Amino acid sequence: MTVGQRPGRAARRGGKAVTGRPGRGARSIAAWPRPVRPRPPAWLLYRIQPLLAPNTFYRRLAGWLEGSRGRYRIFAAAEKTVKNEIFGCRMCGQCTLPVTGYACPMTCPKQLRNGPCGGVGSDGSCEVYPDRRCVWLVACERAEDNGRIADLQLLQRPIDHRGWGQSSWVNYWTGRDDGLWTTGDGPAPAIGRRAPVAGPR
Amino acid sequence: MTSAPSSLRSSLESARATVTAEVGPPRGADPAAVRRKVEPLRGWVAAVNIPDGQSAHVRMSNWAGSLLALDAGVEPVMQVTCRDRNRIALQSDLMSAAALGIPNVVLMTGDHPRFGDHPDAKPVFDLDGVQLVWTARTMRDEGRLLSGRQLDPPPSWLIGAVENPFAPPVRFRAARLGKKVAAGADFVQTQFVFDVPVFTRWMADVRDLGLQQRCKILAGVGPVRSLRALEFMSNNIPGLWIPDEIGRRLRGVPADRVADEGLAMCAEIIQQILRIPGVSGVHVMAPGFEHGIPEVLARAGLARAATDRPGQAEPATAGAARSARAAGTAGTGGGSGHAH
Repeated sequence: MTVGQRPGRAARRGGKAVTGRPGRGARSIAAWPRPVRPRPPAWLLYRIQPLLAPNTFYRRLAGWLEGSRGRYRIFAAAEKTVKNEIFGCRMCGQCTLPVTGYACPMTCPKQLRNGPCGGVGSDGSCEVYPDRRCVWLVACERAEDNGRIADLQLLQRPIDHRGWGQSSWVNYWTGRDDGLWTTGDGPAPAIGRRAPVAGPR
Repeated sequence: MTSAPSSLRSSLESARATVTAEVGPPRGADPAAVRRKVEPLRGWVAAVNIPDGQSAHVRMSNWAGSLLALDAGVEPVMQVTCRDRNRIALQSDLMSAAALGIPNVVLMTGDHPRFGDHPDAKPVFDLDGVQLVWTARTMRDEGRLLSGRQLDPPPSWLIGAVENPFAPPVRFRAARLGKKVAAGADFVQTQFVFDVPVFTRWMADVRDLGLQQRCKILAGVGPVRSLRALEFMSNNIPGLWIPDEIGRRLRGVPADRVADEGLAMCAEIIQQILRIPGVSGVHVMAPGFEHGIPEVLARAGLARAATDRPGQAEPATAGAARSARAAGTAGTGGGSGHAH
C-alpha cells in the first residue's frame, strides 16, 4: 500500500494507521510476528510428542502425501490450522517446538531461534509488543517446569527459508529436518546442515 | 590476508583492565565528525565500538565509521546487527571488514526497527545473534561460508558478542552467554550496569559455567548526566534496568551538580565492577559525551596508557595513506554495497 492512498485496516476501524499491532486475532499471520503463549500445558504436549515420532507408518504416510500435490496441500493446510490455533504457527516448515517448551520462537518479532533478546522488559514483556509476554520467557518457564531446561542450550542452526509453507510433520517423518540444532559441546560445533530442509514443492 | 595486530586482543590478554568505548557515528556526511569523537579517546581505550545504526536509527554505517576511527589512530570494533541484512550481506560485510583491516567485530541481533527513526522498515532478522557469532567463527576458523564455500584467505577478527545480564529470564542469562561462547565469542560487552549486585550474581553464574576462561567479559558502563537523560534511558532503551538508587542520588544534589554526580557514580560503578573476579574490563557508553569519557576513566583510576601518546600513535604519512584508501573505498562501495 502506498502511504497516503488508503488508510490501513486499523485506521478504518478508528485506530492508529501504522502501529506495532497489526491485524486482530492473536493467531493472525500479519506484519511482524507476535508472541503467542500456547494454552495446552507443556507436559501434555511432551506426552503427545512420542505419538508423532517417525516410524514406518509415518514414513509411508509422508511418502504418500508427497506423491500428490493435492494431498500434500490438504495435509499442510490442516497442520497449519491446528498449529496456528495452538501455537501461532507461521509454517516455517522446520519445527523446533519439542525443544522450546512448546512455545514457538517464530512468533518472536525477531524470530530468534536461540533464546530471548536483550530487550525483554523487567516485567517479562516483549519489547516490540509490551502487552505480551516474551515468548522465550514462556519457553524457558515451560521447559524448566518439565525438567527440559537443557533443551535451551542447544545451538539452533539458521533456518532454510525455502521451507516456509511446508509441512514440518512431513519434514520430520522423512528425516529432512534432522540437524535443525546441535549440542554446543566440543570445540567447534558445525553450523552447516548435512542437507537442506528441501526445495519448494 | 588480515593478520591485523589487534590492540584489543593484546589488552584482553594482559592482566590490566581493558577499556573500550562506544563512538556514535554521525547523521551526516562529515568524516571529521568521527575523528572529533575518536581523537580524545586515543590512549585511553584499547578500541572504540562503531555501532551499526544504533537504536535502529540511520547513521553513518558501521564499516565507514570503523575506517574513519582507524584513520584517527584508534582501533575499531565494528558492530554488526542482524536487523538490516540477510546472511549474504552479513557475510559479505564481515569479509569486507577483514579485508579493510578492521580487526574486531561485535555481533548481535540488534534492536527492532520499531524503536528507530524508520519504524516502517522491513525487519530482516534472517540470522539471530548466536547464529551470526557462529557464522563468523566458521568463516574465521574453518575458512568457510554458511554455504560451505571456501574463503581464501579467511578473516582473522576477534569476535565479540553482547549480553544483557538484567533482562528476564535473569537465571538463564549466563547460560545464554554460554551459547554465544559455544558459538565462538572471544569477548562479550554487556548492557549498561547500574545494578552492581545483580551484575555480581550474573558474574557468579558466569564463573560457575567457566565462561570467563573462554570469553573475556567487558561490563557496559556509562554516566547519567541529567535527570532528563535518566528518564530517557529508563523509558527508551529496551532492556535497560536502572535501580531507584541512581535517581535518588541524582535528585539529592543541586541541579548544577547533577552531571558531576553522574560522573562520580559511573566511576564508582567501574571501580566496583573491576573488583569482581572474572571481569576483564569495561565498555563505556556515553552517547554525545564521548569527549568526557577520559574524565570518567581518570576518576575511576584507569590511567591513560603511557605507551600511546598522541603524535606517536599514528604517523602522519600512514594516516594519509589510510585516508586515501578509505576515501576510495567509500566512493566505490558506499552506493551499492551498503544500501540501507
